[in-house]
Amino acid sequence: MDKILVGLKRVVDYNVRVQVKSDGSGVETDGVKMSINPFDEIALEEALRIRERGDASEVIVVSIGTAEAQQQLRTGLAMGADRAILVETSDAIDALSGARVFKEIVDREGADMVILGKQAIDDDNSQTGQMLAAIWGRPQATFASEVVLDGDKAKVTREVDVGLETIEIDLPAVITVDLRLNEPRYVKLPDIMKAKKKPLDQIPLGDLGVTPGPAVNAVEFAPPEARQRGITVDDVAGLVSALKDKGLV
Amino acid sequence: MSKVLVIAEHDGAALNPSTAKCVACATTIDGAKIDIVVLGASVSGVASEAAGISPVARVLTVERAENEHAIAAVFAPQVAALADDYDYVFGPSTAFGKDLMPRVAALLGVNQVSDIMSVEGSHKFKRPIYAGNAIVTVEAPGDSKVVATVRTASYQAADGGNSAPIESTDVNVELPTHTRFVELQAGQSDRPDLQTASKVVSGGRALASEENFEMIFKLADTIGAGVGSSRAAVDAGYIAPETQVGQTGQIIAPDLYIAIGISGAIQHLTGIKDAGTIVAINKDEEAPIFEVADIGLVGDLFQIVPELTDALS
Ligand SMILES: Cc1cc2nc3c(=O)[nH]c(=O)nc-3n(C[C@H](O)[C@H](O)[C@H](O)COP(=O)(O)OP(=O)(O)OC[C@H]3O[C@@H](n4cnc5c(N)ncnc54)[C@H](O)[C@@H]3O)c2cc1C
Repeated sequence: MDKILVGLKRVVDYNVRVQVKSDGSGVETDGVKMSINPFDEIALEEALRIRERGDASEVIVVSIGTAEAQQQLRTGLAMGADRAILVETSDAIDALSGARVFKEIVDREGADMVILGKQAIDDDNSQTGQMLAAIWGRPQATFASEVVLDGDKAKVTREVDVGLETIEIDLPAVITVDLRLNEPRYVKLPDIMKAKKKPLDQIPLGDLGVTPGPAVNAVEFAPPEARQRGITVDDVAGLVSALKDKGLV
Repeated sequence: MSKVLVIAEHDGAALNPSTAKCVACATTIDGAKIDIVVLGASVSGVASEAAGISPVARVLTVERAENEHAIAAVFAPQVAALADDYDYVFGPSTAFGKDLMPRVAALLGVNQVSDIMSVEGSHKFKRPIYAGNAIVTVEAPGDSKVVATVRTASYQAADGGNSAPIESTDVNVELPTHTRFVELQAGQSDRPDLQTASKVVSGGRALASEENFEMIFKLADTIGAGVGSSRAAVDAGYIAPETQVGQTGQIIAPDLYIAIGISGAIQHLTGIKDAGTIVAINKDEEAPIFEVADIGLVGDLFQIVPELTDALS
């Protein structure tokens, strides 16, 4: 296999307790820590391992967003990606347009595999990989917890609700990854220095011929209905009687 | 009239309860006329189950050998072809629906509305984002089909008692062979399924070993509960992955949820927001799980759980 594309989305760090702005216009992102979507780090780790085993020659990380996403791409380069592409746009991009962007890059690069996170932890949509596979007319192996390559095929084990499902797919294909696929490596300082010299291309969204939309538009944001802290019991007897009071046991 | 097509989830033998929950969501669309489609190799049993759901107008069956397993790349072109006659195409926000529906949406050239919690208008919906830390009202373009997944924990299954007509249909589309089913390793368990269990007992990292999880199983069996877990417990290999509850596991809504040795990370809490009563057993009184627990008990689980099991036996 020649090239693997990996998507890296810049999102609010998973440790941040996200707050809805008081006017309902969005969530607070000012001064909030931003990171690579955790699933995308796992996607990149998998691509790097495939390359390190000699089953691919190049790993390219791709992000769609503002110039700030260069930070996440640099981190990806420091992890070990060979080069990076930033598709620049100041507008939030919908999932289908995101998939179209990836399809354009796939065509330009002649990629054999695209590995993405199974969802982004900001909009929790879980759509882009499946949509890319659809418009590319290629297999999708979503929610992967194991990927075994075998020439121009791959066996992928998927986390489904009743257990684990294994499918076989022909390459090229799209894989979206679940948390248990691997544990991403830590970036070391010398790698950060090296990453500064690796190529990072910037392509304006317009150059790819993708016009965003029609999107599913956000109209209003609200905090979730909060659950209230209830009672504290002192011991098992107290717990049993509280459960009995509610008719639960 | 708004025509809704619900994609049935099943395993060849039985209809998954997620289907009746999608129907429940569909009934909240003004003037909905709801059909269910069942794709499979041989689906007469599943189709008659689907025909029992109220108020379904019609059950369509698409029987082909290629449909024996729910391969998204195989199902999607068939669903997209059937979608021609409909304004809405709904699937459940289960692994099945999350895999299939975006592929359908892309074939139809629209974005998907993921995880509908409530219908607010013909094209307006509420859905959770940021692991449920925000609820957003979204509006899909008014002039195009709505392809969506339904957050099953937000809905009670629609009632039975119906006997809708069942019609077999042919969908003449070419199906890819590039994706092949190999095997399914389903967790062996006689315990209630997490999605439908009225009680769930969950264990976290604090259990510290696979052997200690026996304690959780015993308590669960004593009260007839399903067994859940946190990601940390699954990652450590104490329990099977399909038991994970949370943002990346199962989103559930039992009447009673007992969290044992689970800290209550936001990613975990997302999975239990809709539970009736949450009980937390944790030795750290500052653990975030207590902020959402209806009943909290501070203490050592290794003492409390056996005692509780005895008391409830
Ligand atoms: C992208 C992403 C997605 C995630 N998705 C999920 C998800 O779907 N589900 C999920 O659960 N997590 C998920 N996580 C992980 C989550 O952030 C937490 O790390 C995880 O939930 C912690 O599990 P835990 O509560 O079992 O462990 P810990 O946080 O380590 O908590 C253990 C608890 O046990 C208590 N304890 C210890 N010993 C005892 C004792 N003897 N008696 C009583 N109490 C004791 C401690 O006080 C502590 O509160 C996700 C994380 C990321 C980044």
